[in-house]
Amino acid sequence: MINQHQIIVEDIKVGISEWKASTAPHRLITLGLGSCVGIVLFDSFNRVGGLSHIMLPNSNQFKNNGKKGKFPDTAIPLLVEDMVKLGARRSAIKAKIAGGAKMFSSVGTSFTNNIGERNVEQTRKVLSDMGIPLLAADVGGNKGRTIIFDTQEGIVWIRTLGNHTYEL
Amino acid sequence: MKLDDLNTFHLDVFKEIGNIGAGNAATALANLIGKKIGMDVPQAGVVALEDLITLVGNEEDEIICIHQAVSGPAPCGIMFILAEKSAVYLADILLTNQSVADSQFDELEESLFLEVGNILSGSFLSAFSQVTNLVFNLSVPVLARDMLGAVLSSALLESGYYADKVLVVETRFFDATRSIKSHFFILPELEALDKILNGLGINI
Repeated sequence: MINQHQIIVEDIKVGISEWKASTAPHRLITLGLGSCVGIVLFDSFNRVGGLSHIMLPNSNQFKNNGKKGKFPDTAIPLLVEDMVKLGARRSAIKAKIAGGAKMFSSVGTSFTNNIGERNVEQTRKVLSDMGIPLLAADVGGNKGRTIIFDTQEGIVWIRTLGNHTYEL
Repeated sequence: MKLDDLNTFHLDVFKEIGNIGAGNAATALANLIGKKIGMDVPQAGVVALEDLITLVGNEEDEIICIHQAVSGPAPCGIMFILAEKSAVYLADILLTNQSVADSQFDELEESLFLEVGNILSGSFLSAFSQVTNLVFNLSVPVLARDMLGAVLSSALLESGYYADKVLVVETRFFDATRSIKSHFFILPELEALDKILNGLGINI
């Protein structure tokens, strides 16, 4: 028998420099974070989640900045707004972040921007300025990461190369 | 010149540069491994980062990427991207006395791929330099082996491509059995566009 009330769980893909909010039970997914940072926001009381995939540390420092989803200072407030529209309470929102890796071993080369490190630093700053508690962070290192956020269970999974998956 | 100002004629010029340069690089690869190497007609276009990833495969595909920055009057980025399986196959050919059965790449293989990247970039640029009369200086190559999305986005951001879109010239190399599948990318920086077109005698 098919349960009449069965809800189909959707996988919602969040691309580079995008942000998306969703109610439970859907899953928010962003694939292949390198130096980029994925920011998971969750109101566990109202079961509203959000995921943002930022690329660069700060919208003020870059010319041709274009998309608002590229930077934590512009993306996170917009994500919070979208979550509030779906029923989240601002004060109940908590965060987990992952990414900010250094993918290339770059001793003695032109790769001196430390983009990953700066992305993490600025993301932390924006969260703290907005009063959003950061519960967990899986950042740095030299591995690419995929984030799978299950808004039903409120669990954030991190997947690295070779299908290694662990809970954040 | 801005990226938006590039018309189909300009893109055809970049395609042709890709053709000449990549032809040279393909020959170098063929000589290196003693096999025939084929290449597709190069593509040139102004694309977003997501589309650059889609050109190669899926975000989580395991790949090896050798990146080199090119400085001089017309700065560019060069990337040589190999699917994991192709990389193992290539290493097997080049390291005939070594066993590369597992996909654990040690220092030897890493330096091997850096050198392969270096040879291909060098041959590309020597042809590029001849047709444009520009001088190109290759930086030390860097390598990453991980998820395609993670590697490509980092390569662009770490080398200073912050705009929403980039001009990319792409060529695919393969051998007769398609055991080697690889992508060769040239990413001219904004300030390089005028220099390259002028170098070819095109007035903008």
